[in-house]
Amino acid sequence: MSALPVPADAALPAAPPRRRPVIVLVLFLLLALLPVAVSVGLPAHWLTLTTRALIFAIAALSLDLILGVGGLVSFGHAAFIGIGAYVTGIMITEGRGEALLILPAILLLCAIFAAITGAVSLRTRGVAFIMITLAFGQMAFFLTQALSGYGGDDGLTLYERSTVAGYDLFGSRTRLYYAVLVALAGCYILVRTLVASRFGRVLRAARENATRVTVTGYDVGRIRLIAYVISGMIAGLSGFFLANQTEFVSPAFVSWQRSGELIFMVVLGGVGSLHGAIIGALVFLFAEDVLSGWTEHWKVIFGPLIVLFVLFTRGGLVGLLGKLGVARRD
Amino acid sequence: MTTSLLIVQILNGLQFGILLFLVAAGLTLVFGVMDFINLAHGVQYMLGAYLAVTFVGLTGSFVLGLALALAAALLIGLALEFLVFRHLYERDHLDQVLATFGLILLLNQGVKMVWGAAPLSVPVPAFLSGSVPLMDGILYPTYRFALIGAGLAVGALLWFIVEKTRTGMLLRAGASNPSMVSALGVDIRKLFMIVFAFGTMLAGFAGAMAAPILSVEPGMGDTVLILAFVVIVVGGIGSIRGAFVGALIVGLVDTLGRSFMNDLLRLFMSAPSARATGAALSSMLIYLVMAMVLFVRPEGLLPAKGRS
Amino acid sequence: MTESRAREPVLTLTGLNKAFGALKVTDGVNLSVAPGELHALIGPNGAGKTTLVHQISGMLRPDAGSIHFRGTDITALTPEKRARAGLARTFQITSTIASLSVLENVALSVQARARHPLALFRNAADDDNLNRPAWAAIESVGLSERAHVLAGSLSHGEKRALEIAMALTLEPAAILLDEPLAGVGREEGERLIGLLRSLKGRYAMLLVEHDMEAVFALADTVTVLVYGRVIASGDPATVRADPAVREAYLGEEG
Repeated sequence: MSALPVPADAALPAAPPRRRPVIVLVLFLLLALLPVAVSVGLPAHWLTLTTRALIFAIAALSLDLILGVGGLVSFGHAAFIGIGAYVTGIMITEGRGEALLILPAILLLCAIFAAITGAVSLRTRGVAFIMITLAFGQMAFFLTQALSGYGGDDGLTLYERSTVAGYDLFGSRTRLYYAVLVALAGCYILVRTLVASRFGRVLRAARENATRVTVTGYDVGRIRLIAYVISGMIAGLSGFFLANQTEFVSPAFVSWQRSGELIFMVVLGGVGSLHGAIIGALVFLFAEDVLSGWTEHWKVIFGPLIVLFVLFTRGGLVGLLGKLGVARRD
Repeated sequence: MTTSLLIVQILNGLQFGILLFLVAAGLTLVFGVMDFINLAHGVQYMLGAYLAVTFVGLTGSFVLGLALALAAALLIGLALEFLVFRHLYERDHLDQVLATFGLILLLNQGVKMVWGAAPLSVPVPAFLSGSVPLMDGILYPTYRFALIGAGLAVGALLWFIVEKTRTGMLLRAGASNPSMVSALGVDIRKLFMIVFAFGTMLAGFAGAMAAPILSVEPGMGDTVLILAFVVIVVGGIGSIRGAFVGALIVGLVDTLGRSFMNDLLRLFMSAPSARATGAALSSMLIYLVMAMVLFVRPEGLLPAKGRS
Repeated sequence: MTESRAREPVLTLTGLNKAFGALKVTDGVNLSVAPGELHALIGPNGAGKTTLVHQISGMLRPDAGSIHFRGTDITALTPEKRARAGLARTFQITSTIASLSVLENVALSVQARARHPLALFRNAADDDNLNRPAWAAIESVGLSERAHVLAGSLSHGEKRALEIAMALTLEPAAILLDEPLAGVGREEGERLIGLLRSLKGRYAMLLVEHDMEAVFALADTVTVLVYGRVIASGDPATVRADPAVREAYLGEEG
């Protein structure tokens, strides 16, 4: 054994080269070029659809932080989209449509909701955690239904979009698209940074072996709660954009099927890979668009597709790409 | 708020609780024994109701229709077990959640294709129609009493099976220590299939029994499923007694909350704001109860013995 | 190490009791470990050794009795608080983070004692404040050449060494070692014994072990547990000669 002593100032032995996120750069580059492609001939409908997909990608990305990285199967994530969307909707209706007012309100409310529901649900594990997060999501759903002053069951139509520092940033489809894309890129970098940090290392380790992490001196429950709160806040941001794009908010945004779809986006892309959540959201929304174009009963096709996907693929689309050598190490 | 209204609403709460118990009992066993999360349990309840619509309509007899609906629900359940579920027992919870979520999409939409999207109903059988006088001037529908009675009977039967038979012994052992059961040399596959078939039957039975008093429509299973989750979490996973107590709590709290929250709030606030707050609060009430129970006892009120 | 006995013990168990239903797994156990002492805990299978370690590390609550560590009562503390107070442990069934490299596993342990154990925005993998002490610990257990290998693909003995490295970086006042030699081949076992010997005197250690040869070669004090009860305790020679021990335990080993 050539055990080299390590003096305090000497360079440490070199670490093996790390995987470079080439595929992520390509993905964002393609997304950035989409409006150009639409202006020279791609269907205009693609821009709207991609905007929507990227909005859901923000939520799916946030879910991947707790589900993929933290190993917590949260089935109530649509609640945070709902909070974001309803705060946006209500504040626009009340004549306070400025994003610089709306966003802090969303982040604060999502953090509070996540802290409270997380503190309760993180006391349990496994099946119970899934059921409890689902139940809290359903609670948020019924709450939005009961908002009779703001549309109740029928939902709330918005007659204008948010301004950003007084500027009508979301007024054109292209501007809205780029705003969403920049927000998504920001969230991606944020989540990526978190995962690579000390905090992220502990969160990853706890997914695999909570006992080891505990006897190493970490409060696993607290670490998961922090991740849960951050994740909820990011998902709230996605609700802000969703309300602005659709100019409509309704309890359907908060339905438990929506939470299920978010989980599917994450798994479809590849659990824990982060950019997989973005790919998953894009594939999901385009698949939904194509299938629902064929038949109104598209869920009869989509449901079995999900089942088959679960039974026969592992590692999601990112895993498949990896096998094909697209995401290679350099 | 009058006493008679209170009594009627308590009975409604009990009846709702019994219905939830039938759905939750099978589900809690599946969770407890198999550590398997089956979101599709709710659509099995829905299928029970739809099958009752069809078979009661075909035979013209409620009892015969119910029996046929149960048999059909069981067959569908077994087919699903064979095609999908048994490939998921070894998988992690995430895979189970997703695959059964896919089944929900399929079956909710499938039911829409076969029976249409409009709500259907089953007539209350003639021998159970009418009402029973409770006290001076208060009538309560006979069918709802029958439902409470049937639920209690099934509950008693379940109690007997779980506490007194060999299969029940294995179930209890499995709920607290799954690896031990396989160490005993029991055919786990067979045990799982029995548990699963049993749960499916119970859900189908609940759906069929609910058909005459609730509207039969696509998605009716989803709401019940999530309430059953609340029941199970409150009662303790894998525990039949817990499911019973949890179901009654959820049934009563939800029903009474919806009927009396407004009146209660009106003591403190104006009528319109009481109405608005009441609607919001009463729909959230059971979830708040769940949160409180979990905060004090994360393992639920009556957890299966030996399960930590 | 008779001179270390005179000092205040690091770890003291007083009247510890634990039962699972009718089964008493810890029955009035008194035990103390002095600074720098290597205290071995032996006993036949089912004697309650691992249960005792779980109670000391906080993963199980005793029904009665108290645990004092560095002069304070830790009986009611959570496992993570005990770890932060300087009580490290290894597991009978090795417990590492399989998908992280050896270096990352040890760095995880280093960062638990760092000033900002949960820093949110700084990259952890490139952090020399973590990697430097981690390398030193990896060095001291002889795993340098395996530093970038995933913990999941280590050999059994290497995982044991990794666990010890993780324990060392917690700057512990005491280390609980739950059968560090179990399931390890002869050659790796000898390396681990050498490692334990090199740690001897620097940390208070409670060693649960089946390998009698190792125990009597390493231990300052040996305590024998049978059916949750201490039947003998003392220096190795005395315990080896104790007739009750010979009958209850050593006899069956031949």
